[in-house]
Amino acid sequence: MKHAHYDVIVVGGGHAGSEAAHAAARMGARTALVTMSRDGIGVMSCNPAIGGLGKGHLVREIDAMDGVMGRVADRAGIQFRLLNRRKGPAVQGPRAQADRALYKAAMLEETDARQNLDVIEGEVVDFLFAGQRAFGVALADGGEVRAHTVVLTTGTFLRGVIHIGDSREVGGRMGDKASVRLAERIDGLNLPLGRLKTGTPPRLNGRTIDWSVLESQPGDPEPELFSFLSEKAEARQIACGITHTNATTHEIIRENLSRSAMYGGHIDGVGPRYCPSIEDKVVRFADKDSHQVFLEPEGLTTDTVYPNGISTSLPADVQAAYIHSIRGLETAEIVQPGYAIEYDYVDPRALDLRLAVSSCENLFFAGQINGTTGYEEAAAQGLVAGLNAAAVALDRDPVIFSRTDSYIGVMIDDLTTRGVAEPYRMFTSRAEFRLSLRADNADQRLTPKAIETGCIGEERRIVFEDKIAKIGSVRESLGALSLTPKEVRAAGIEVAQDGSRRSGLDLLAFQDVRFSDVVLLEPGLSGTEPEIARQVKNDAIYANYIARQMRDVEALRREEGTGIPSDFDFDQLQGLSNELKGKLRAARPENLAQAGRVDGMTPAALTLILSRLRQDSRKRSA
Amino acid sequence: MDTIFALASAPGKAGVAVIRLSGPEAHDAVATLCGRVPNARRASLLRLRDGDGTVLDDGLVLTFDDGASFTGERAAELQVHGSMATVRAVLARLGDLPGLRQADPGEFTRRAMENGRLDLAQVEALADLIEAETETQRRQAQRMLDGALGARVELWRADLVRAAALLEAVIDFADEEVPEDVSVEVVALIDKVAAGLDAELAGFGAAERVRTGFEVAIVGAPNVGKSTLLNALAGRQAALTSEIAGTTRDVIEVRLDLGGLAVTVLDTAGLRETDDQVEAMGVSLARERAIGADLRIFLGDDAEGVPARDGDLSYRTKADLTGDPAAISAVTGQGIDRVIDELRRALEDRAAGAGLVTRERHRLALVGGRSALSEASAVVAHGPDLYDVAAEELRVAIRRLESVVGRVDVEAILDDVFSNFCLGK
Repeated sequence: MKHAHYDVIVVGGGHAGSEAAHAAARMGARTALVTMSRDGIGVMSCNPAIGGLGKGHLVREIDAMDGVMGRVADRAGIQFRLLNRRKGPAVQGPRAQADRALYKAAMLEETDARQNLDVIEGEVVDFLFAGQRAFGVALADGGEVRAHTVVLTTGTFLRGVIHIGDSREVGGRMGDKASVRLAERIDGLNLPLGRLKTGTPPRLNGRTIDWSVLESQPGDPEPELFSFLSEKAEARQIACGITHTNATTHEIIRENLSRSAMYGGHIDGVGPRYCPSIEDKVVRFADKDSHQVFLEPEGLTTDTVYPNGISTSLPADVQAAYIHSIRGLETAEIVQPGYAIEYDYVDPRALDLRLAVSSCENLFFAGQINGTTGYEEAAAQGLVAGLNAAAVALDRDPVIFSRTDSYIGVMIDDLTTRGVAEPYRMFTSRAEFRLSLRADNADQRLTPKAIETGCIGEERRIVFEDKIAKIGSVRESLGALSLTPKEVRAAGIEVAQDGSRRSGLDLLAFQDVRFSDVVLLEPGLSGTEPEIARQVKNDAIYANYIARQMRDVEALRREEGTGIPSDFDFDQLQGLSNELKGKLRAARPENLAQAGRVDGMTPAALTLILSRLRQDSRKRSA
Repeated sequence: MDTIFALASAPGKAGVAVIRLSGPEAHDAVATLCGRVPNARRASLLRLRDGDGTVLDDGLVLTFDDGASFTGERAAELQVHGSMATVRAVLARLGDLPGLRQADPGEFTRRAMENGRLDLAQVEALADLIEAETETQRRQAQRMLDGALGARVELWRADLVRAAALLEAVIDFADEEVPEDVSVEVVALIDKVAAGLDAELAGFGAAERVRTGFEVAIVGAPNVGKSTLLNALAGRQAALTSEIAGTTRDVIEVRLDLGGLAVTVLDTAGLRETDDQVEAMGVSLARERAIGADLRIFLGDDAEGVPARDGDLSYRTKADLTGDPAAISAVTGQGIDRVIDELRRALEDRAAGAGLVTRERHRLALVGGRSALSEASAVVAHGPDLYDVAAEELRVAIRRLESVVGRVDVEAILDDVFSNFCLGK
């Protein structure tokens, strides 16, 4: 079958693929999303939740770039919670339970409605290459799709093996076939590969759970949504249940450890430390006789429940036995047993900051194939790869994210300079400029970049510019205030009577001063929308810290600005250990800042690199 | 790239002065001045001539090839007579050659590093080694070069990283089974590191003394034998001595190498009430310097206005006249070895307390880290609601400490390091 010629082909319709295809299409590139089945677009294969700490930041940033994940999650959300609500806004993370069916439907609807975006159903079996340049894909039915650039987002398909106890099956997700020819082609590219694993819990039939004896966890009374464009949750809101494992559960698991794929020696891959299987928890935290289990309904129209916290690779009969030992689950029916999946990933140090494969042309990788875990991490990479694949096809400037502007930048930098040792998940602690990279200001940080890049719709631009104008005018009024301690105290705000005058912004910087307190001093602000007031307050809380960080930010930007040519020969540097040379060759840092984060880097080695760069540039200019 | 040149030996009159050249034109410059370029690494006696053919000097000339010199560049050394006029004339001649210019401070070392001949740690230690006058100073520089301070910082850093990890766990795993309040553990870790920093900063004084030299004042009544002791210590007639009380009026300084420690011994005017205006000024100055010194040697019992402090030494004198077996005599030498021995031990005790922090850059980093820790400690005490801010303060503290040895703005370090170098070294 003959297909039209495209600017960008995205292979895979998961979270990375969907976001990549939408990003490319928003840029104006004619885009083809090639997937085994339309039915696979927007599927949540693991737990039915979006967001969380760090991850919620990523969703907000994707949304600020006018991406789709945030809007779709808002439409599908059935329980919204803002994590760390009591702590500072910098570490608050929006999270939502999503209805799987609603999510899929909303994503498909967005995809069908998107201009410039075609969905092609077919199994990709090979790339089309001219030398080192990719120019399309070959399909199993013998057809070909050609394009300027190709984005591969095929998750765990590379030598994916599913383990349930000692039985194993080759495949990506449950029910999908792993694509062998494409895997062989990727082998042929000689990219460095590693092996990882991840696990899922058994799915339960909610009708067979005794909810009456369980603790209930409701959502927030006022849902905190993901998208800056969303106004309210659309779906009916529900509560989750909470139960706990007990000594009997742990006893059953301990007795059957040898039958676990992970402990029986069937799996070599490295699993995430932060998301241990129940076997791991029982072994590593032997002194604890109980672990928390969240019972998360997978949707409004399904009975399936996802028991979060007990992923496993034990045989099905053992899973049933330990499930039935848990309070409220005594007669629970397992709809689908839990399993562990082992798969190859491409060492992301083989990619550049655009997620393009360094050793090829016009080929981009995004998502779990790069060693990450999580829908949000995948989608954020999809965004970066999609934007840049389109930029190449349309001959525009690359779209680069920095550690100083976004969690996306932090993640891309971490992946491409440090690689991964376990499935990479976002945490707020990974962002050294966490106080300024907040979920609440993602639009202020990135939407201007989106406007400049040209990947943004008219509606969002207008909403954003309106909001910025309002914030600006409130800040101006507050900044213009000049109040004596006496005047401040008269309004009921306690400050040191030190004689120094303070602006409204100075006052808001105090933890316990609310926006409404300051309105007493400037009645003209009484009509301020709550959203705007909250934003101004959040900015003020951290203003002093952010000012202090600016020096570090500038130093980092300067180092980011010191580029290292792709043909820079680390071997010729005398005084670098062979080990460090090897790591630098693998990471191929693109700038001095990246070189500084290569594992094992010393200041002496970094100065050596800087010196050589300067010397080379002097030689060139001489 | 420019070819640079500078006087590499100390300025001033000397038997020989060494002028160093480095860069692509180094050998051409030698050819211009001397008529030919001698074989690399072979010292040759050549005649150096000015532009008009007049003789500048005869000197030993050495050349080094690309990749086989201190800087890693093509280089040369001119060993000429150490007359200030000769050196000035040769430098002026070099300055007239195209592509040559006077080196900036530290530029030779900088080029050596840029060419991979030295790393940053070696550069810093090299600066100290160049300055070292005594064995203890040399050892201190060597200890720096070996990374002793780095090892200490690594221990602090490990504790602070643990403290930060506790806070981060509460922040990033809020939805999971982690404790909600880790303030007590975090404060304990912070306090431990803060105490370590305080101790190290307290040792900065002693370490700095090792670098710059200890000051020891000889104090006592007039005519008790202070100058005689100074001369005995110095092994030469440094101060005028006589039996007339009040002979020493100014403060006389003698610099000694005492068992590897650099020591400046001060001989001061005898402390007494006097109507002589000049002597009175001397007495007042003596008191001031004696109080400010690192250690005092009291001779006799009378030292009006100068309080003794822990570790100060005290002797009775003129054993040759009094026959007192416990007293010392600078005239017969009785007990002088004992004075030297006890003084050396007293100073060694202090030098042993020297911290690893010897440079102002390092000290400032530690002070910065310390103040961030105070902030962090205060914020953590407020409980989990402010952990985001506490974590930020800890991050600052870690960054400050890392800046001693670890990652910082590389350019800033380079500028700081190289600005401490003298021309030509």
